[in-house]
Amino acid sequence: MTENHKQETITTKIWNEVPEDDNPFAAKVCYCSGFDVYGDLLGKASYIEYLYLLFKLEPPSQNQAKLLEGLAIALANPGIRDHSVRGAMNAGVGGSTHASALMAALAVGAGNLGGGREIYNMINYWEQCGTDINAWEQMIKEPPVEERADVWLPMEHAPGFDPNGASCTLPVKQVLAHMVNVGESDKLEWLQDNREHLEQFAECPLAMSGVAATVLYELQLNSNQAEMLYLLLRLPGAAVHSLEQEKLGWRRYPFFSDGLKLTNDPGPIHKKTAGIAK
Amino acid sequence: MKGPELLKFFEDNWETEMGACFPDEQRIVVRGEDLFDSFDGSSWMEYLLFVVTGKRDKKLANLLESIWVYCTSFTDPRLWNNRVASLAATTRSTAALGVSAGIAVSEATLYGLKPIKGVSDFLLRVQAELDQDIDLDLILEKEMELHRSIYGYGRPITDSDERIPPVINMIKKSGYFGGNYLSLAFEIEGRLQKKYKVNMNIAAVYGALLCDQKFTSIETYYMAVLSFSAGMFGSYIDGLKKPSGTFFPLHNCRINYVGVEESRAWE
Repeated sequence: MTENHKQETITTKIWNEVPEDDNPFAAKVCYCSGFDVYGDLLGKASYIEYLYLLFKLEPPSQNQAKLLEGLAIALANPGIRDHSVRGAMNAGVGGSTHASALMAALAVGAGNLGGGREIYNMINYWEQCGTDINAWEQMIKEPPVEERADVWLPMEHAPGFDPNGASCTLPVKQVLAHMVNVGESDKLEWLQDNREHLEQFAECPLAMSGVAATVLYELQLNSNQAEMLYLLLRLPGAAVHSLEQEKLGWRRYPFFSDGLKLTNDPGPIHKKTAGIAK
Repeated sequence: MKGPELLKFFEDNWETEMGACFPDEQRIVVRGEDLFDSFDGSSWMEYLLFVVTGKRDKKLANLLESIWVYCTSFTDPRLWNNRVASLAATTRSTAALGVSAGIAVSEATLYGLKPIKGVSDFLLRVQAELDQDIDLDLILEKEMELHRSIYGYGRPITDSDERIPPVINMIKKSGYFGGNYLSLAFEIEGRLQKKYKVNMNIAAVYGALLCDQKFTSIETYYMAVLSFSAGMFGSYIDGLKKPSGTFFPLHNCRINYVGVEESRAWE
C-alpha cells in the first residue's frame, strides 16, 4: 500500500468522480467534462450528443448533432460484403468468442482500404488542402511519401476514394446529399460540388469513407479522433452479421472450396506418415 | 485491369504459391513443400521463418528463438502490452482475447514492433546513403531533425538495455557476428552517444542482425509480431490466479482531473 500523496494518478480532462461515502473504489457521482452523467445528463442528452461530448468536451450544436446522427446511421452497418463485417462473420461461423468477432472487424476495418486509416489519411489531406481544388489535385496526383517506414503500409489509392469502384454509388451520393442538407457545411457542399473533379484526379469514385472523413473533419475532429470514432461507429453491423452467421453455421457460409488455385503443388507424396493418417 | 473488372478476375479465383490443405488426400502443402514430408522434426520457429521468407535455416531459426526468449517476453505485468493480458485475466476474459489484444498493442512507438520495423528501414536507408558517400553524422543529424528520435536508439524508463550483451554473445556463438549492418548499428550508437547521449536498444541489434541476413524491413517485422506473446501468457495466468478485479485497482483519488472546473447542467 502506498500513501495517497505519493500515488501515481491518471490525468484527464474528460472524466471526474466523487467517491461513494463507504467505498473509495466506487463512484457516487461521475462527471463528463463537468456534466453529471447519471444525475443530470442521462435522460436529457441523446446518445449522439453524449458521444460528441466525450470526444469534444462540449455539447454539439444542433447541426453538429444532426451530422453525427446521420453519420452514425450511415456507418452502423457497412454491409454484409464489407471486409470488416466479413472478418466478424468468420469469427461467427467458427463459434469464436463474440469479442473476437469485434476484434476481427476492428483489425480488418482499420486499414487503408475503406478502414480507419483511410479516414486518418483523408483528414490529413483536408487539413492541408482545405477547399482548394488545385491543392487536392496536387495532393492526389503526388501523394505525400513517408520519410521512414511505419507499421502502416503506404496508401495505394487516394484516401476517401474506391480504387475498385466504377462510379460513385447511390448510397454514397445519398449520404453526401443528406449531410449537405442537415449540416450547413461549406466543406460538404464543396465535396458535393467538386466530387466529379476529385474523382477524375483519383481515377476512381468517391467512397463512403470519403464522405465520412469529410463529416468528421466538419465536426472538427482531428485525424486521430476521426479514425477512432469511425472504427467505433462501424461495429454494430459486424456484431449482428456475426451473430446471424454463428446461428446459421459454417456449412451455409462460403468456404470458396473451388476458389483456391495452388500454383506450385508438389502432388501427393507416398511416405511414412501415410500409416499415421489411418 | 482495374475496378469491377479486377474484382471479377479474382472472384472465386485466388492463385497462390503459399499453400493449401487437401484433407481428402491427407496432405498439406506449404510454399510448394509437403508439410508432413519436409518438416519432420522441425521447430516451430524454423517453420515460421520458412512461411515468412521461404528460407530454410535451422541455425538462424534457433538464434532468433533464443533472442525471443531473452528479449521479448518478460513476464512483468506492468509492461503495457502485457498489462492488456493481465487486465483480460482480472476481468475473467479469455487468454486468446487478452493475448491477441496484447499483440496488437505491441505495435507501439515506444517499444515493440514500430521500432523493430523502423530500425531495419533506418539501417537500410543509412547504408544506401553511405553508399552515395553521404557523411554519417549528416545522415543522423537529418534523421534527428526530422523525427526527434531514431528507432532502435533510446529506451523509455531506463537509458541502457540489459539485453544487448547476452544477445551479442548469442550472435557470436552462432557465428552471425561481424556483419556490416551490426557494425553500422554500433557505429551509429557511438555517434548518437557522443552528440545526443542516446544508447542503442535491443531492436537495433535484432534489426541489424536480420539486415545482415538480407531480410527486408517487413520480413523483420513479421519475424517479431508474435515474439511478445509468452510474456502475456505469464501475465494472464498470474492475473487469473488472483481474485477478479484486483489487478492494480484504482480508487477515485487516482484521477487527476484537469478539465473544466465547474459542474454544469445539460440544457
